[in-house]
Amino acid sequence: MHAVVLLKQILDWELPPQRFRIDPQTKRPPDGLAPKLLGPFEQNALELALQLEQAGTVEKVTALLAGPADAVEALRKALAVRADEAVHVEVEEVDALDPSQTAELLVAALRRLGPPELVLAGRQAGDWDHGQVGYLVAERLGWPAVGLVFRGESRDGRLHVWRIGPSGVEQLAVRPPVVLTVTSHTDLRLRMGSVIDLMAANRKPIASWRPDELGLGSADLAAARRLELGEVWVPEVDRNCELIEGEDAAEVAARLLDRLAGLELLERPA
Amino acid sequence: MILAATWDTDGLGRAALELLGAATRLAVELGDQVGLAALGTAAAAEAGGHGAARAFAIEGDRSASAGDGTIAALAELARELSARIVLLAADEQGGAAAPRLAERLSGTAVTHAIAVEVEDGRPAWTRPVFGGKALSRVTASFEPVVATLRRGAFEPALPTGGSASVEMRRAPAGHGAVELIGSEAAGEVASLEEATVIVAGGAGLGTPEAFSELEELADLLGGAVGASLAAVDAGWAAPDRQVGLTGKVVSPDVYFAFGISGASQHLAGIGGAKAVVAVNTDPDAPIFAAARLGVVMDGRELLRALVDELRGGES
Repeated sequence: MHAVVLLKQILDWELPPQRFRIDPQTKRPPDGLAPKLLGPFEQNALELALQLEQAGTVEKVTALLAGPADAVEALRKALAVRADEAVHVEVEEVDALDPSQTAELLVAALRRLGPPELVLAGRQAGDWDHGQVGYLVAERLGWPAVGLVFRGESRDGRLHVWRIGPSGVEQLAVRPPVVLTVTSHTDLRLRMGSVIDLMAANRKPIASWRPDELGLGSADLAAARRLELGEVWVPEVDRNCELIEGEDAAEVAARLLDRLAGLELLERPA
Repeated sequence: MILAATWDTDGLGRAALELLGAATRLAVELGDQVGLAALGTAAAAEAGGHGAARAFAIEGDRSASAGDGTIAALAELARELSARIVLLAADEQGGAAAPRLAERLSGTAVTHAIAVEVEDGRPAWTRPVFGGKALSRVTASFEPVVATLRRGAFEPALPTGGSASVEMRRAPAGHGAVELIGSEAAGEVASLEEATVIVAGGAGLGTPEAFSELEELADLLGGAVGASLAAVDAGWAAPDRQVGLTGKVVSPDVYFAFGISGASQHLAGIGGAKAVVAVNTDPDAPIFAAARLGVVMDGRELLRALVDELRGGES
């Protein structure tokens, strides 16, 4: 089974809120505000693909990314942890793409690739947080999709996946082709590449495709847009936190419970 | 028609009532009517009394959360009603359904909306971006709009005294590509979404053992245990305990945050809490900005003191 992992490079999501800014002109964080990294859920999706390859369920892992020139670093990182191949659909100003346009580019690239039996995407990109691309890709390929997956295993000819369901963990059996959107899990922390792998990754070729090579001219891409982005702003936070203090933890605990009872937020057990 | 859709079966939960509340206000501004679709007759039967002109029960999709049948049935219903807007909860099911539904209806999905205003006859949606560090306003280029609404962000519909008879719709059989094998349902673990008290822990607690102490405090207060992404990623708490933008969105009376720094993505899940109690050794931690009450102290120390205090009160 050939697995393709959909990757995205985003602004460092650990950047503290007080340092975060939006340029009102471009409607996005100013260049250089923080480093750009392979997104956290994309890391989880890549790790799941690599685990499936190690288990023999998947024979080949291809990393696919639609993004600007510098996003090629995310593909290098994927190769450094031993993704087999990498494909870069190079577009300008990827933040200006909406989920529908991103899906359009990715579907065109997937068609040119084969298409594979398994597509893994992060549950949502940690910048615009739409959480749509995996599902849109599935719909446009006519495939089923399973969301919020954190584990997979081949059993009796089907792919069993475990995911976060509405009331707990669910186990599902799927018949590929299928799109999985992947959520974070302690077992899905992306492995570190060895120094040798890292050096090898720098020598590996990365296929680079332009949208028009995939049959998508700028008019086609413009027509694929569904969402118009208006204002983007950083909300103001009002600080009115009342601190509870005391001589020791026991006193603080008692005062805190009293205060919560006084605010009628909590009944103290009699 | 503005169609609110819920996976509820036995009655309308808080999230479904919020969908109806938002739908009702949009209907007034857009001069439209409200419909509600639920997975059970009992849930659908409550819609008429909360502002819906028409109520639909979808039956036949037995593994609804896994299956595709409900999405297919909702798409068919939205077409039949020429729905301009379909509202879903921003939860596991709504999040998975909205983009697919929008695609099948050649419309636009808007996810995780926290507000909506009608401007020039078009709804403009406010949604958090960059893990909740910023807000954005978006409009849809193609109708219908399939929007997921964040729990706690919209006022629930109030009883109107109206009524609507329940119309039945059958979900088409799925193509069988996805089969639900089983669920390790949370079972006895208290539901985070319904809890009035949540006792949550983060990386600042320093050790997985602290989570059994959180359980103890939650038991004493009749609450549920929540966790930050960092604590879940560390394997200290089950993934279904995670609170935040990418976990559960909760609206308890009191939300205790022990050793949680308050990353934006976590704060995005607790905006609906009446009061957040922040407990952290770092007085500059962002969690204090979101808190009503704060304690600058090691989370585990206060946790033990609270358990002792409550135990003492019992004896």
